[in-house]
Amino acid sequence: MKIRNYWNLRDWGAGVWERANRPQRVAIAITSIILVGLLPFAGASFLATPIASYDAVLVYPVGVFVLMALGLNIVVGKSGMLDLGYVAFFAIGAYTMALMGTHTGLNTWEIMPFGIGFAMLAGVLLGLPTLRLRGDYLAIVTLGFGEIVRLVVLNSTWSKGPNGIANIPMPPDIGPLKFKLDDQKVFFWVVVIMILLTIWMIRRLSVRRPGRAWEAIRQDEDAAELMGVPTLKYKIWSFTLGAAVGGAAGVLYGSKNLFIAPEMFTLNVSILILSCVVFGGIGNIWGVIVGATILGYLPDRIRFISDARLLVFGTVLVVVMNFRPDGLLPRKKREKAIVKKGVNA
Amino acid sequence: MRLEIKDLHVHYGKIEAIKGISVVVNEGEIVTLIGANGAGKTTTLKTISGLRKVSSGAIIFDGQDISNVAAHERVDLGISQAPEGRGIFPGMTVLENLEMGKFHRKNRKAEMDEDLDKVYTLFPRLKERVSQAGGTLSGGEQQMLAIGRALMSRPKVLLLDEPSMGLAPQMIANIFRIITEINKQGVTILLVEQNAQQALQRAHRAYILETGNVVKEAKASDLLNDPAVREAYLGTGAHS
Repeated sequence: MKIRNYWNLRDWGAGVWERANRPQRVAIAITSIILVGLLPFAGASFLATPIASYDAVLVYPVGVFVLMALGLNIVVGKSGMLDLGYVAFFAIGAYTMALMGTHTGLNTWEIMPFGIGFAMLAGVLLGLPTLRLRGDYLAIVTLGFGEIVRLVVLNSTWSKGPNGIANIPMPPDIGPLKFKLDDQKVFFWVVVIMILLTIWMIRRLSVRRPGRAWEAIRQDEDAAELMGVPTLKYKIWSFTLGAAVGGAAGVLYGSKNLFIAPEMFTLNVSILILSCVVFGGIGNIWGVIVGATILGYLPDRIRFISDARLLVFGTVLVVVMNFRPDGLLPRKKREKAIVKKGVNA
Repeated sequence: MRLEIKDLHVHYGKIEAIKGISVVVNEGEIVTLIGANGAGKTTTLKTISGLRKVSSGAIIFDGQDISNVAAHERVDLGISQAPEGRGIFPGMTVLENLEMGKFHRKNRKAEMDEDLDKVYTLFPRLKERVSQAGGTLSGGEQQMLAIGRALMSRPKVLLLDEPSMGLAPQMIANIFRIITEINKQGVTILLVEQNAQQALQRAHRAYILETGNVVKEAKASDLLNDPAVREAYLGTGAHS
């Protein structure tokens, strides 16, 4: 048997958390949030990204990737459905922002519910007929859906086709906090808040009925149905919640980028977000966050090697997946281990 | 609480797996379906629990045709299945597996302890293993867990798909003893088995399935003594 105890960060982290009492946990959480909130000020340190603006990189790709990876993880990690068309929901959010932002007087925060709503609607419409499929078949259908959305916006006049939509308004200022292109700290803080809300939502759902239903579906769908789990309903829920997070990320991205075009929403994005999930540790939200952070940040950090950049990026992916096939911070492998805690472990 | 299957046809694509079978399970009975591989036993059971669609025919439970009721809703009606190959949740603990058996009831908490006690009384081994992951149990323990989990929903009819599969002879005897015990507590049982010897000893009545058809229906004790059945399903003596 392989010894898998080398740098087992996940168990270490879980151990620290388990031993901590309530005030300590609150302290850990608040400290982490503050440290993350201060990240944009570390631009002069070794974290700095050459060429690309550091605080912009923190928003996109890093922040948006983390958000999307968390959303995709609900679908892929929690309920075990392979979705290769996740970019579609991101695109729907972004185009909602672009169209409503340029045609109505609504601001980003007012458009946000619409973007989330349309993405969820698309999730239900796609989910109802297709979620009866399983595994590879579902993957192919979702892949097709992602391409359909991209091709529709590429070939429609209302979306200005390949030219894309420009002059998308920025979010309005929040009190003294101003959204600026050359200083994206406020954007970053907004993404962090959205990420925190998503984490909160996933953690709440995970310990309740939906979480147990998803877990059962992931482990054995037929058995879940035999236990009285309405599997189709919970699969659609999972899909729709994932879509909502993707839509929210899209709205923010549109409002930050000020310009969007179909070429930004290719299959590559779906694959890259899926890579973040798998690289970090499928099913474990902390792993997914770490994975998305690294995969979002690394290409910009090593931008100075220009042409060899993607080669290095690919090599890192291959090497890490080779040595840690379950991801950097894998979820608990209880199939193979004796669980000590029993209830709600 | 009679379960009746009338002229049931089931297809896998274009292939007809069940070619018009009729089976009756009366309240309080143990009825067994025996037959070789590919006879359609598992398909019949999956169709009753709702995992397979009915092509034509009817499944009548408690006077009501349930062939269009979704599988997860049949659990509410009182039909519970321990799936073939055990089908437990390998990454959940024994306790979590048992709790899943009550998923369909919204106010589970009140009945939970009572029903867990019942299951632990039938299967003391499960109690020793409550916090162990289902996937780490032995084959026999997994089978116990699958049956225990099915009982958690307080079924009126329990569908068992090859509970003896892959188990040691002593464990098989143990499982069948418990099946009889469950039946005595008032649960009607429809049992699918390849181990015809054990199944016929425990059941009240039996149906023999061959390639999607019922070829014989009789009291289990009669089949046990039927020379043709002994020849085909029980082996003629020593080797079974």
